[in-house]
Amino acid sequence: MKAEGKVWRYGDNVDTDVIIPARYLNSFDPKELASHCMVDIDETFAKEVKAGDIMVGGKNFGCGSSREHAPIAIKASGVPVVVAASFARIFYRNGINIGLPLLEIGDDVEKIKANDVLRIDTSEGTIEDLTTGDTFKAHPLPGFVQDIAKAGGLIPYIKAKKK
Amino acid sequence: MGMNMSEKILARHAGLDSVEAGQLITCKLDMVLANDITAPPAIKEFEKIGGNVFDPAKIALVPDHFTPNKDMKTAELTKIVRDFAREQKIVHYFEVGHDAGIEHVILPEQGLVGPGMLTIGADSHTCTYGAVNGFSTGVGTTDLAVALATGEAWFKVPSAIQVVLRGQKPKDVGGKDVILTLIGMIGVDGALYQTLEFTGEGVASLGMDDRFTIANMAIEAGAKNGIFPFDDKTRVYLEERIKDYEPVSSDADAKYARTVEIDLSALRPVVAFPHLPGNTKRVMDIKEPIPIQQVVLGSCTNGRIEDLAAAAEIFANHKVHPDVRCIVIPGSQRVYLDAMARGYIRTFVKAGCAVSTPTCGPCMGGHMGILTKGERCVSTTNRNFVGRMGHIESEIYLAGPQVAAASAILGRIAEPKEVE
Repeated sequence: MKAEGKVWRYGDNVDTDVIIPARYLNSFDPKELASHCMVDIDETFAKEVKAGDIMVGGKNFGCGSSREHAPIAIKASGVPVVVAASFARIFYRNGINIGLPLLEIGDDVEKIKANDVLRIDTSEGTIEDLTTGDTFKAHPLPGFVQDIAKAGGLIPYIKAKKK
Repeated sequence: MGMNMSEKILARHAGLDSVEAGQLITCKLDMVLANDITAPPAIKEFEKIGGNVFDPAKIALVPDHFTPNKDMKTAELTKIVRDFAREQKIVHYFEVGHDAGIEHVILPEQGLVGPGMLTIGADSHTCTYGAVNGFSTGVGTTDLAVALATGEAWFKVPSAIQVVLRGQKPKDVGGKDVILTLIGMIGVDGALYQTLEFTGEGVASLGMDDRFTIANMAIEAGAKNGIFPFDDKTRVYLEERIKDYEPVSSDADAKYARTVEIDLSALRPVVAFPHLPGNTKRVMDIKEPIPIQQVVLGSCTNGRIEDLAAAAEIFANHKVHPDVRCIVIPGSQRVYLDAMARGYIRTFVKAGCAVSTPTCGPCMGGHMGILTKGERCVSTTNRNFVGRMGHIESEIYLAGPQVAAASAILGRIAEPKEVE
């Protein structure tokens, strides 16, 4: 998948409680979740995010609760891919499982600033910062996890395997 | 090459003689768990696959987060779980009241998880069952949906951090102080994608409820799971709860990514300052008094009988400070009954605590004690993230039950020994 969009930049340890606070977990409708995404640390995100915009975080992105509502809220906001130094493991699994590509690039992430425009090829794992001219390469997904990502998530992958 | 405890459990469930860190494997699961927040979307995904669940006796559904239901939307979520449980004839569905409670309190309590067993749960604190020598880890709803259908999940075998516990803990220190100290040492991503394996002669001095607290918060260091060795205390705890189990122990030449040592005898009571569980500080090192308005005693981290016992001992003949609301939430109906039989509930109510029915309640800002702007809470729960218990300008200080009780009495963050 190819994506090009403006960066919403967040710091280290962005937890799933701020991605989607528990008070909104009385629904699992993706649009409803998206309307509250990031609200506790950034009130502007849900209002101003445009389809194709890219979320960039620091270390341990998505730590905390296992709520899949978090990557769902990001995906339903129109964000096609999240880039971070590292991801918390349950969030990482959840992203792969719902077909939200997550690219891990380590400390290189510090070179990406808010409002930069990134061009990303998720199948190649390449990231180009069109604002600064920097290019980055993401750590590749291991083994059959790549197949899950290619299938668009775990459910399509399992269904294809069943056939 | 030898294997550690987690590798042995994963190998056994993958049908392999051995596994090593980094290997991708598919495992058969012994128990699959979800709650009232995570089960409904998992059920929706499960329906896309279709058919029946893999084994109605190996699934636990526990409506505990927004229960007793706080509004119509959450009542609808629980109804989805209840209807699914009936339709699929799920054996371990835990209706509010009855013999239910908080998921990670009741599963070990009722012997549904045990040594050598492999469990996944759509809740990050599923890692709690490492306390009884099992491998357990949290997943999201899609993994859960696939597990409901197939009884299997994929894993990347984690590398391991060996946490060597030395010495004996002082009386005013509990499991919470141990795990908060560790997270303070290694950081909230210090064990990212890894296993925390607890070992050393200090383990023997930790009661089972201390071990549950420690394993429960392995996720707060980013770990996939936390695991304890099987010993006499584990064996005694499991009597009359579970019959057939096969404990695991680490080989002498098992591989570890690194080793961390903690001298239990040198530990003092700690709190984690807002807004990360790794912002740990010893209470004795707090210079200016920190006044508080609320205390929460309970949760999957510290809602067990020994937690309530430790708090009740401090509350005896004391009153909750006039400026403080202290909310006590036994982790299960069995804990509640036990606490009643031992007189703790009377002690709490006489002290001025509000005692609630078992629920996750305020821990993730659900209900039963939400904070408003500028309020501070000392809580025995597991996360102090921004807005976790209510307003984004409220503050949560994580602590064990003894510090929580002492703080409730004194109206500020306090060490147990400060209560006369």
